[in-house]
Amino acid sequence: MTTLDIRGLRLRLPHTARPVLDGVDLAVGPRETVALVGESGSGKTLTSRTVLRLLPEGAVAEGTVEVAGQDVLTMTAKELRDLRTRTAAMVFQDPRAAINPLRRIGDFLTESVVLNKVLTSAAAEARAVELLEAVGLTSAALRRYPSQVSGGMLQRVMIAGSLMGDPKLLLADEPTTALDVTTQAEVVSLLGDMRERFGTALLFVTHDLGLAAAISDRVSVMYAGRIVESGPAAELFAHPRHPYTKALLDSTPDPDAPPGRLTAIEGQPPDLREELSGCPFAPRCVLATAVCTEQAPQAAPAPGNPAHTAACHHSDRLGTRLEGETVDA
Amino acid sequence: MNFLRFAVRRLLEMAVTLLGASFVVFGAMYLAPGNPASFLLGGRSASPAALEAIEKQYHLDDPFFAQYFRWLGNVLQGDFGRSLQYRTDVSELLASRLPTTMLLVGMALLIVVVLGLALGRFGAVRGGAADTTVLVGTTFAIGTPSFVAAILLQGLFAVQLGWFPSSGSGSGEGFGSMVWHLTLPAVALALYLVGLLARVTRSAMLEAMEGEHVAVARSRGVPERHIIRRHVFRNALGPVLTTAGLIVSTLLVCTVLVESAFSVGGIGQLLERAATTKDFPTVQAISLIIIGIFMTVNFVVDLLLPLVDPRITLGARSKA
Ligand SMILES: Nc1ncnc2c1ncn2[C@@H]1O[C@H](COP(=O)(O)OP(=O)(O)OP(=O)(O)O)[C@@H](O)[C@H]1O
Ligand SMILES: [Mg+2]
Repeated sequence: MTTLDIRGLRLRLPHTARPVLDGVDLAVGPRETVALVGESGSGKTLTSRTVLRLLPEGAVAEGTVEVAGQDVLTMTAKELRDLRTRTAAMVFQDPRAAINPLRRIGDFLTESVVLNKVLTSAAAEARAVELLEAVGLTSAALRRYPSQVSGGMLQRVMIAGSLMGDPKLLLADEPTTALDVTTQAEVVSLLGDMRERFGTALLFVTHDLGLAAAISDRVSVMYAGRIVESGPAAELFAHPRHPYTKALLDSTPDPDAPPGRLTAIEGQPPDLREELSGCPFAPRCVLATAVCTEQAPQAAPAPGNPAHTAACHHSDRLGTRLEGETVDA
Repeated sequence: MNFLRFAVRRLLEMAVTLLGASFVVFGAMYLAPGNPASFLLGGRSASPAALEAIEKQYHLDDPFFAQYFRWLGNVLQGDFGRSLQYRTDVSELLASRLPTTMLLVGMALLIVVVLGLALGRFGAVRGGAADTTVLVGTTFAIGTPSFVAAILLQGLFAVQLGWFPSSGSGSGEGFGSMVWHLTLPAVALALYLVGLLARVTRSAMLEAMEGEHVAVARSRGVPERHIIRRHVFRNALGPVLTTAGLIVSTLLVCTVLVESAFSVGGIGQLLERAATTKDFPTVQAISLIIIGIFMTVNFVVDLLLPLVDPRITLGARSKA
């Protein structure tokens, strides 16, 4: 059974002309790491929060979001609490904001499992110590306040906290952007280690393609609330089948490449207040033709590689033409 | 800063402030219009010799600083002088009246804390009509001066319904009787502050609810009532605690009006009478005591703040 299976997720927010998430399909298998990438505002955070049914006020969701076979969108309050305590947990972006500064780190770690009677307080404390050691801290941290430890350490606490209920799925929403560069790498590799050691699946949200390539088995690329391309990480980065993915790759600074190759993507993502017809990326796309503005492309598998899908009318032109250009440059 | 250094520094500061306050209190009385000697004579005309005798007895003809330092020296030994009006030691007057005022203020404080926190929390958590009710109710509470509240409460619960006595403190009739006598005055005294504290609590909780850690706690399956207690109410306590100084000083000032309205024989009523009769030593003593209590409360609040918010270190103000 897939650990996370999102099908046809459509999310509407008040005062918007079109759904902010529009038919999102996303799956994460057991022990698998999937990276969700895309520009700012594409809907990555909303997607990952929907998995825990953390919806903005007034949001209406359609479709199914199954975690370990259970649809999150139709859960009762009790089932939802159970999901959040024991099945899926989120590592948030900014640990300073996410952890109550007035309560001890030990309280943060144990409160959910103790209050939901998953563990006794003694067992919860033992588990907290075990996890603190697993993330490279000591039991002394239990009695500290968040303000007494560094941001990197606090993000380790956050990771330990997410594992308290022994979840099947971890969601990490840009878990390193609030940290300084040196701790970023540590936290990412720690997250990978923890996923391995505790056997969870991981949905990793980032706009850092290098990071996505390094950590994930598969990658899904999001644009304007849709998954435009999805596939095995190595394959997708080597042979992108959507012009948006290609453009993202070209705009990513690559330390190995000579300078001057970086190209920012022209134009802006579409505003939520305007309706969309056809492909949302068409106005910014170098390959766009008449069909792109008339007909929304459906996700289609790459020839010979059904795991690699892209929603583009011109996927087949992309592989040859744009790659040829890069070689010329 | 360690605890001992902080405490010593603050106590020294308090001593200096009290000294300054004593000077102001004494000086204000000295400059106030009206002559205590003529009050002592009770309006009777007296021979210049008799007047002089009185002035000598009370040292009224000494230079200002001589009077001030004599008074200060005595105060430091616990001697506030003799009341001009009651012809007894001020310290005795205070000893007999302070317990009544303390009980009254204590009861009012209890009402303020319990009702203020509960109403503020209720409005913030429930929202909607409940919140509107709290807002309207607290607006009335804040807008009603305590002496108006006193008259209303007296009229309704003492005169009309007869549930409580309309005046007196019941002192000397046992603790139960005192509580019974002081209930209406305590309610009158508390009303404004209940409204104030409810407002402060409500807005501090609404602000705390916006914190991301609250959404995070929810995302981890923490049950809602625990979120309110551990992450919202708990985080609102800091701002609430900082109003403690204001609450206590308001109680002390308003007790003057309320005690007079209910003829409660506490130090508030004593202060009011002493002020109108130019009973200098009594006014000075009570003023100093009120200032001292106020400063002590602020000192205690400063000691408590780091316990409520671990980001605050002793002696430093919150940045959060
Ligand atoms: N609570 C909300 N109320 C209204 N609009 C929202 C809310 N949260 C997000 N949005 C809108 O939904 C869109 C998607 O937001 P989301 O936060 O999911 O993007 P993102 O891909 O995570 O971007 P970023 O990389 O900046 O984190 C944005 O246009 C944003 O303005
Ligand atoms: Mg985001």
